[in-house]
Amino acid sequence: MINKVVKNVEEALKGVESGMEFMLGGFGLCGIPENCIGQLVKLEVNDLTCISNNAGVDDFGLGLLLQKRQIKKMISSYVGENDEFERQMLSGELEVDLIPQGTLAERCRATGAGIPAFYTPAGYGTEVAEGKETRKFNDKMYVLEHAFNPQFAFVKAWKGDTAGNLIFKGTARNFNPMMAMAGKITVAEVEELVEAGELDPNQIHIPGIFVQRIFQGTAYEKRIEQRTVTPKS
Amino acid sequence: MALDKTQIAQRIAQELQHNWYVNLGIGIPTLVANYIPKGIDIEFQSENGLLGMGPFPIEGTEDADLINAGKQTVTILQGGSLFDSAMSFAMIRGQHVQLTVLGAMEVAQNGDIANWKIPGKMVKGMGGAMDLVASADNIIVAMMHTNKRGASKLLKKCSLPLTGVGCVKKIVTNLAVLEIVEDGFKLLERALGVTVAEIQNATEGNLIIDGEIPEMKL
Repeated sequence: MINKVVKNVEEALKGVESGMEFMLGGFGLCGIPENCIGQLVKLEVNDLTCISNNAGVDDFGLGLLLQKRQIKKMISSYVGENDEFERQMLSGELEVDLIPQGTLAERCRATGAGIPAFYTPAGYGTEVAEGKETRKFNDKMYVLEHAFNPQFAFVKAWKGDTAGNLIFKGTARNFNPMMAMAGKITVAEVEELVEAGELDPNQIHIPGIFVQRIFQGTAYEKRIEQRTVTPKS
Repeated sequence: MALDKTQIAQRIAQELQHNWYVNLGIGIPTLVANYIPKGIDIEFQSENGLLGMGPFPIEGTEDADLINAGKQTVTILQGGSLFDSAMSFAMIRGQHVQLTVLGAMEVAQNGDIANWKIPGKMVKGMGGAMDLVASADNIIVAMMHTNKRGASKLLKKCSLPLTGVGCVKKIVTNLAVLEIVEDGFKLLERALGVTVAEIQNATEGNLIIDGEIPEMKL
C-alpha cells in the first residue's frame, strides 16, 4: 500500500504559500479541519483565497484567519455568523463571492472529477447568473458553472488509514469528500489514524487515491455553534 | 384573527402527503415538523447531509457531528441516512424531494421569490435556497402577509434581488392561503375572522377572488 502518512501538521502543510487558493471542508463549525486552520494561522501566509461553505465564527474556524487578515477572498454560500467578516466585507478589505450551496458542492465535485463545467438551474434569472452562459434543456433554463483550481484542499475525517482512505461521521461529512477529490494536494486530518487494513473497505467514503497527505489530528475542540436540546424531563 | 407563526406552520402541515421527503427552511418552516398529521409518514431532509432528521437531542446527548442546516444540534431517526453535500443537492436538483417549505421577504404574482439579499445591508448569502427553489416541484412559502412597516409582501413584481424565478406554487401567510395561478394570487382560504377585504388591502399583487372564500380549519 502507498503510505500517505506525514508526521504532523507542519509537514502536512509544506509548500503552502501566500496567495494560494485553498478548499476547506466543513459546514458551519461541523467537520472543519481544525489542525490545518491552526497551522495556517501559525504560518502567517496571507492573500489567501478560501473556498469553504461558511467562514467560521469570530474566534473559531476560518474566523481565526480572518482575525489575522490572512484571507483576501472568500468563496462561500453563507457567511452570516461572523462580525469580523462583516466588518472586512463592508470596508472592502475582503472580497466575497457568494454562490448557491449546491452549486458550490457540485463545483468542488466537478473539480475532482475532471469536469470543467456543468449546467445547473440554481440561480437562473438572479444576479448569480449575471454574465454567465445560460442554456435551455427540456424547456427549463440552466446556468453554466465552472470547476475550481485549488492548490490545496484541507479536509477533516473521523477515521483514516495509512493508505489515505477516509471515513466521515454524521453531518461532519458535508463538503469534505468532494473537496478531498479536488485538491492538487489534499491534506486529510483525522481523529483516528489506523493501519491500512483496519478499516472495512466496504465502509470507506473516500478512497486513498484522492489523498496526498494524512495525519493524526490533535486537540479537537469540535465546537457546537447552536446547541439545541430537548430538556430531560 | 390573523394566524401566529405556529398556526402558519400548522396550516402548512396539512399540505404534507404520505411518503413525502420534505425540506424545511429556517424559521416558521422548521415548526411544520411539530404538526405532521397522524398516519402520515414523512422524512425530513436537511441539506447539509441528513435524511430522517429527528427532534433536538435530549440534553447531554448532543453531538457536534450531527447538526441541521441551521447549525442546530439534532438527532437522526431509525432508518435515517447521512451523505455528502453533492449527493444532498443531487436529491434536491434531481427532484427526489417532494416539498420545500421556506420563508420569503417578497413573492411576486408570477411565482418569483426574493429571500436572500437586501441591497445596502449585510448580505449573508443564499445558502441552499437558490438550489431548492430552482428545482423543487412543489414550493410553499411561509411568511407574514406584510412586512414590519406594513407593506405588502405579495407583489406584482419583486423589488429585492431574486432567489428564483417563477417557482413558488403556494403561500401560507398570517392572513390567507394563496395559490399562484397564471394571472396572480388566487385566494384559497382566509384566516378565521379575517375578511376578504382585509386580505385585498394587504395584497399589492393581483388578487383573484373566485366565489365564496372558506376559512382555514386548524
